[in-house]
Amino acid sequence: MTKRDPSRRALIKSAGGLATTLAFPARVLSQAPAAEAITPALIEAAKKEGKVNFYTAMEINIAQQFSKAFEAKFPGIAVKVERSGSERVFSRIAQEYASKITNVDIVNTTDAAHAYAWKKQGWLAPYVPADAATDFDALYKDKDGQFAVVRIVFVAIAYNTQLVKPEDAPKGFKDLLKPIWVAKLVKAHPSYSGAIMTSTFAMARDLGWSYFEALAKQKIMQVQSAVDPPKKVAFGERAAMADGADYITILEKEKGAPIELVYPVEGAPIINSPNAVFKAAPNPNAARLFQNWFCTPEGQEKLVAISGQYVPHRKVRSKPGRPQLKDIKIMRDDPEALLKVADEIKAKYASIFKV
Amino acid sequence: MTDESVKSDPVPNRGGVVRRFDASGPVLMLFSGILVLLIVLPLIWLILFAFASKDGGFTIANFVTIFGDPAFQEPLVTTLIIAVSVGLICSIVAAPMGWLVARSDMPGRGVVRTLVTASFVTPPFLGAIAWELLAAPNSGLLNQAWRGLTGAQPDQHLLNIYTLPGVIFVIVCYTFPYVFVLVANALDRVPGELEDASSMLGARSWTTARRITIPMALPAILAGMLIAFLQAMNLFGSPAILAIPAGFHTMTTKIWTLFQFPPKLELAAAAAVPLLVLTVVLLRAQAQVLGRRSYAVLGGKYGAPRPVPLGAFRWLAFALCMALLMLPVFLPYGALFNAAFSKFPSKILTWETLSMQNVHFTFFELSQTWHVMKNTFLLGALSATLGTVMALVISYLAIRKAVRGHQMLGFLATAPIAIPGIVLGVGLFLAYTRPWISVGGIDIPPIVLYGTLWILLIAYVTIELPAAYQQLSSSLQAVHVELEEASRILGATRLKALRQITAPLLLSGVIATWCFIFVAVVRELSAAAILFTSDTKVLSVLIFDLKESGDLGAIAVLGLTMLVVTTIVIAGANLIPGTRHGMGQRRDG
Repeated sequence: MTKRDPSRRALIKSAGGLATTLAFPARVLSQAPAAEAITPALIEAAKKEGKVNFYTAMEINIAQQFSKAFEAKFPGIAVKVERSGSERVFSRIAQEYASKITNVDIVNTTDAAHAYAWKKQGWLAPYVPADAATDFDALYKDKDGQFAVVRIVFVAIAYNTQLVKPEDAPKGFKDLLKPIWVAKLVKAHPSYSGAIMTSTFAMARDLGWSYFEALAKQKIMQVQSAVDPPKKVAFGERAAMADGADYITILEKEKGAPIELVYPVEGAPIINSPNAVFKAAPNPNAARLFQNWFCTPEGQEKLVAISGQYVPHRKVRSKPGRPQLKDIKIMRDDPEALLKVADEIKAKYASIFKV
Repeated sequence: MTDESVKSDPVPNRGGVVRRFDASGPVLMLFSGILVLLIVLPLIWLILFAFASKDGGFTIANFVTIFGDPAFQEPLVTTLIIAVSVGLICSIVAAPMGWLVARSDMPGRGVVRTLVTASFVTPPFLGAIAWELLAAPNSGLLNQAWRGLTGAQPDQHLLNIYTLPGVIFVIVCYTFPYVFVLVANALDRVPGELEDASSMLGARSWTTARRITIPMALPAILAGMLIAFLQAMNLFGSPAILAIPAGFHTMTTKIWTLFQFPPKLELAAAAAVPLLVLTVVLLRAQAQVLGRRSYAVLGGKYGAPRPVPLGAFRWLAFALCMALLMLPVFLPYGALFNAAFSKFPSKILTWETLSMQNVHFTFFELSQTWHVMKNTFLLGALSATLGTVMALVISYLAIRKAVRGHQMLGFLATAPIAIPGIVLGVGLFLAYTRPWISVGGIDIPPIVLYGTLWILLIAYVTIELPAAYQQLSSSLQAVHVELEEASRILGATRLKALRQITAPLLLSGVIATWCFIFVAVVRELSAAAILFTSDTKVLSVLIFDLKESGDLGAIAVLGLTMLVVTTIVIAGANLIPGTRHGMGQRRDG
């Protein structure tokens, strides 16, 4: 610690509110830096570093496949994937930074509010990949160039077609409150999953907390990650999921599982998932190269091909067979508002669902 | 040291007490210092935080919350229900099994002992995941089989592991070995003459059992029940895996959630205090009960106990034991094997579903696997070595009364048994992540070990020290001091006597202790779950991570790998001549 603070009061405070301990002075940047392309110099510098620590909430198989593609494209740079739920990743980084451990190079979170939190703390390095500058809509990038949305997920409903009769298939969130769904639902957790945190915020806003209070009476099976409910429905552990990641549902269906995705009539909560490079990254060049490639048509196409997720790049088409992004009824997100109430949401959720 | 021991009088006095040598002061200081640092420092921080408000002032508000808020009351009650049930059920199941193995002529007693050891070596969290595969209400293999046999409807189920009884059942599966080992070892030592005398005096078998055998085993049963209670109370993995999906918390899982953002360390510390206090109180109670009830079966030479003939029931008893051991060993490992090599973890493996995809993913795609394995087995070997050396030195000093104040060393080395893994994790986190503090005007620099393997090493050594100390001090007691003294009378120095006489006789005990710590460290989750960072992740934490995203195939592969490596290490250590595998009291999360 460069600044000594000998008071015990400060000690308890800084250890207690880990994230409030600022490792680096906050700096306000009003302008995004100039966009950068992938240059031979960047590749060379990244190769010297030889690795990149990628913290992400992406489903582990997908994250690893994507990383392998990057490693194949740029031999000599190993991607170390640290996968957990976004809320866990957020805790992890806060805990590590509070102990001066700057291990993270680049992060991908499904709770966009995190990007605003890190930006506010001055932890992020401004970096604008060339493609993000030219081919990403303004809504997908930070105005100061500190992060950019690289993938788009929806929180949706799904049901097992062997366990649910077609006429009983749910069409929206509120259908799941019917008595036939008692003990039949699986649901992910907003204190673990950033996608579920984002969707819980949106649903509490649009449907009211009373929806969750009613849902809690349905004897749900509480799992953690948003990628888990589709798996549980696919192998028949529960008949339907009350929330979960749409892309995993599609992947399970492609593997032959009896599962059907439903974008709820109330609107599917949209999860704009940003990437951000950390200022104190131990492998800054590899982090930038990874971030840059993530935004290229090649990286974006790779992501679509292996996972079926939506991507923001204008020139990259969504996966054949999936609806167009504009045709999905969206329940909108609001990361800056979520940032202010995230802790309340966790507490409220825990009091309603008991875990 | 050699010079000093030559200078000191090599002839012991008549009480069998070796005269202290001059280095005793520094030696005692050094080891007490290490032990205090290991144990007392994290506890001080734990207590400090438990009574601290958010802004650093003194408060009891944290305890008001812990005991007043239903969000904490409910887990506390649940934890007590689980712990009491586990203690009772373990005793009911394991005590008769221990008797059968120790005192009856039941066939396959060695097989039963081995299988109990196998359930002992199984990490409880892995057992819990395996039981999800078996008894999840809809996809569980046993429920599927039941529906197949009875033609029941898809939403009907025989078993539901995501319930309070389910959690209790799984904890019992991996806790009963504590009771079994204690009872079997105690009965091994009861001389057969007592029972013979009873029957010679005309008592029937049942009377002999009631008047002789059961009272002899009772202290061990009570001790076992208590250990089972404490294990269940302080266990983190199994409830985290089974209770949270069912919608309830135990104290350990609740403490763990307090570490999530925004971390509430004061509450976590306060919530850990009841676990700590209850553990200390119960261990005191146990010491008292055992102190009064332990029967002196030492002294004199007794014949080996004669096995009680079971007659026609011999094979029935064996069949019953095997049926019970299906639950912690055969069924779970079968389910893990199935999940590891199948495309669908919830379907019985066939030639069509056979797949190496999980194996390939785990070893060639998952970028963390190798790093995490290296961390785990490195920590296992280091902790085992360091823990064994420390336990050896401390038990030597304590048993041979080689330094003044040796009782304190023994006490300090046993003290961590009262600290639950998750509590120690919280304490160490608080102790070794802190920034600068000022005590009485003196600035104390930070000791930041969080983020290094050192903090995990400290946690593991501390957690395993009591068991290691107990094992080695009993081994050392078995090597009578007269042997060392004879050597020293013949002119050997203390160190030479140690090297030539004591060390070879102790070898088997040392290796058993080393293996024991190694196994325990590899399967430890509760302290590691608090103390890991991305770079210092261990296998148990990786499995737990994968569990949270539902990657059952990779978990099965990692779990089986863990078991194979552990088995190889133990088998390798036991190849050293003159060793046998031993197990005693231990704890885990």
